[in-house]
Amino acid sequence: MTRLNSPEKLECARKDIVSRIDPTKPCISVCAGAGCLASGAAEVIAAFKTELDFHGLTTEVNTKGTGCPGFCERGPIVMIYPEGICYLKVKPEDVPEIVSHTIKEKKVVDRLLYEDPATGTRALRESDIPFYKNQQRNILSENIRLDSKSMDDYLAIGGYSALSKVLFQMTPEEVMGEIKKSNLRGRGGGGFPAWRKWEESRNAPDPIKYVIVNADEGDPGAFMDRALIEGNPHSILEGLIIGAYAVGAHEGFIYVRQEYPLAVENINLAIRQASERGFVGKDILGSGFDFTVKVHMGAGAFVCGESSALMTALEGRAGEPRPKYIHTAVKGVWDHPSVLNNVETWANVPQIINKGADWFTSFGTAGSTGTKIFSLVGKITNTGLVEVPMGVTLRDIITKVGGGIPGGKKFKAVQTGGPSGGCIPEAQLDLPVDFDELTKAGSMMGSGGMIVMDEDTCMVDIARYFIDFLKDESCGKCTPCREGIRQMLAVLTRITAGKGKEGDIELLEELAESMGAALCALGKSAPNPVLSTIRYFRDEYEAHIRDKKCPALSCKEMIAFHIDPAKCKACGSCFRQCPAEAIHGGKKLIHIIDQEKCTKCGTCLDVCPSRFGAVRKISGEPVPAPVPEDKRAIA
Amino acid sequence: MDISKIDQIIDKHDGEASSLIQILLDIQSEHNWLPKEALKRVSEKLQVPMSRIQHIATFYKAFSLVPKGRHQVHVCMGTACHVRGAQRVLDTVQEVTGVKSGETDSDLKFSVETVNCLGCCALGPVMEVDGKHHGNIAPSQIASVLNNCE
Ligand SMILES: Cc1cc2nc3c(=O)[nH]c(=O)nc-3n(C[C@H](O)[C@H](O)[C@H](O)COP(=O)(O)O)c2cc1C
Ligand code: SF4
Ligand code: SF4
Ligand code: FES
Ligand code: FES
Repeated sequence: MTRLNSPEKLECARKDIVSRIDPTKPCISVCAGAGCLASGAAEVIAAFKTELDFHGLTTEVNTKGTGCPGFCERGPIVMIYPEGICYLKVKPEDVPEIVSHTIKEKKVVDRLLYEDPATGTRALRESDIPFYKNQQRNILSENIRLDSKSMDDYLAIGGYSALSKVLFQMTPEEVMGEIKKSNLRGRGGGGFPAWRKWEESRNAPDPIKYVIVNADEGDPGAFMDRALIEGNPHSILEGLIIGAYAVGAHEGFIYVRQEYPLAVENINLAIRQASERGFVGKDILGSGFDFTVKVHMGAGAFVCGESSALMTALEGRAGEPRPKYIHTAVKGVWDHPSVLNNVETWANVPQIINKGADWFTSFGTAGSTGTKIFSLVGKITNTGLVEVPMGVTLRDIITKVGGGIPGGKKFKAVQTGGPSGGCIPEAQLDLPVDFDELTKAGSMMGSGGMIVMDEDTCMVDIARYFIDFLKDESCGKCTPCREGIRQMLAVLTRITAGKGKEGDIELLEELAESMGAALCALGKSAPNPVLSTIRYFRDEYEAHIRDKKCPALSCKEMIAFHIDPAKCKACGSCFRQCPAEAIHGGKKLIHIIDQEKCTKCGTCLDVCPSRFGAVRKISGEPVPAPVPEDKRAIA
Repeated sequence: MDISKIDQIIDKHDGEASSLIQILLDIQSEHNWLPKEALKRVSEKLQVPMSRIQHIATFYKAFSLVPKGRHQVHVCMGTACHVRGAQRVLDTVQEVTGVKSGETDSDLKFSVETVNCLGCCALGPVMEVDGKHHGNIAPSQIASVLNNCE
């Protein structure tokens, strides 16, 4: 592969690629993102290959493995072009029908289309599906257009034109100016304006500087960075090189967690391809600008997502944070100025350069410009990745995009900001999602995890969950964090075990205050999930402590399972499936749970036929005495 | 253990001390754990003290200083999976395998571990067995998946 050594050559190469694409040629794109692969996308792709081969269509039909378009829950997702038909939940068994019907006869396989749960109408294209219709997918929409392993695909949709533009038509100061005008704020956590860090590094006298992609994605429940780096790795790389040019850096790092092997593979491939074509390496596109980049795999430590810890890890050491009085933008990796931005932040850069800051600021609010990708998960009908303009309300995301809560359950709270964030209740759902508003509500934007909880989720347990998570993740270097977390966990565990004491809530609040003295943001923000749940769900804490009752019927040590004698029809389902052999059964006998043996696994509740609904969970009240033996017979 | 394999891994990273974590990750993925002889070799060749290697091997969760089972079972305990019943999945896995989270059984068949998000949260709760994801897994399906492991 020859290196492209001028912008003209790049445009020639692009023209050549585009001219070879026949827009009328059928193409089958299968999402090969992590979610769909987990649902069997690889088998679907293999089935298409076999089937096309069988029909002698291999050269007439293209097949592609693309990045994640967001609707992972309905995967594997298959798109058929040029019609743009969108099939959901495709299984290998469906493939022969798709090939014979849709590819050969141009007919639609109705049952694989999206069906509106309310009206039963089917949607042919992505754009007709409410989940997609209510989004603004500036970044994510590129994923489905690309074979995630093909640089030609990226070039065909205009890839590296922003890089070419900055190298040949803009000074670094002009690039900086455009990013400043766009008011792009960091997508990885704090929402710090990108240009400020860039400028600080640029102005630092040290000639050796670094630019870094943070793809550690530690927030459990967030996966947009994974989708971007897997699906469209060149866009991240292009953003990074543009940043390097603006800052004056010639070396970069991409820090990816090892739990994302496909992301590691695709970004490494992209770097190799880009080096062969002259987008990375010496004298990029003949501009005289040099830039090399290395991938570093994270070895599993949440704290390494924090900027100073990440940089220590890059040096090959244990990633422990250091005090913040010196900015990493001035003294970072090996004490050289280092600009660290999140994956999604970098992904926005090429678009801002190509389309302009004014285009970018036309989305979002004055303080929070552009779009943001959220991972909308938990108790929500449409789970997946959603990209919306900043400033839309949480309610719109949850109802319009997310399709509300499944199973007729009641919404309780939405958690944003990961372990540093908080839970937002129903009463605050009209809050616009923007960096500042979420912080005011006691949560934060964070990296974009949005976990929806319904009436079955216990808010004290959620607080305990996050503190338990952080107990394993605190690096232990400073006492307020280490000890604060340990003590908070002890109190929360006590409360959720039904052993809470009067004054525990106040104790948690006191502990929270003491953690303000922690060294890094992990420790400082650790109390947020606790404080926000106390703030909005104090009654749940009180019910646990005073009434020994878990209102959500979730805390294992405070609940019991009971079979309602009036409802049991002796079908025996629970008896057969109880793993603890805790159920007394028998033909035409009311079934009874032996509370001593019951491990509270919940199986009986799951398997009791809904027309009987005899098994129930109880909390805060005594378990009714078992039916006496002589009264067990069912007439 | 094949020392030349370890040398190859070290050479692939140009023997640089800054690549220490990357080298250890490669060894871990090759052997499923970090054997003592391998670490000694790394220490010699990179001229990094053993104490620093030990510190790193305990600091990061990807590393194991004891041998792992033939089958690695990972249960996701990330937030998205937690609210969809990950604890019940973990309870069932522990019951079926008889192995507690973080442990390996004595015939080195199963290692059970909890992880914080596998990045397919839309399919929660998620269990991963030898790299293969099982999404939306119900406790009642777990035994049949694990019984397929030899
Ligand atoms: C404990 C901790 C973990 C973090 N984890 C991540 C992470 O996984 N990914 C990320 O992009 N930022 C993470 N951050 C935020 C980073 O420190 C940093 O602010 C961010 O990467 C900067 O990029 P941005 O300005 O583009 O958001 C974390 C911060 C803390 C304190
Ligand atoms: S606040 Fe916690 S994670 Fe951060 S440096 Fe202190 S102990 Fe480590
Ligand atoms: S909760 Fe589980 S252990 Fe208890 S009775 Fe029901 S099935 Fe048996
Ligand atoms: S992984 Fe396929 S839609 Fe997300
Ligand atoms: S929380 Fe389980 S896969 Fe993300």
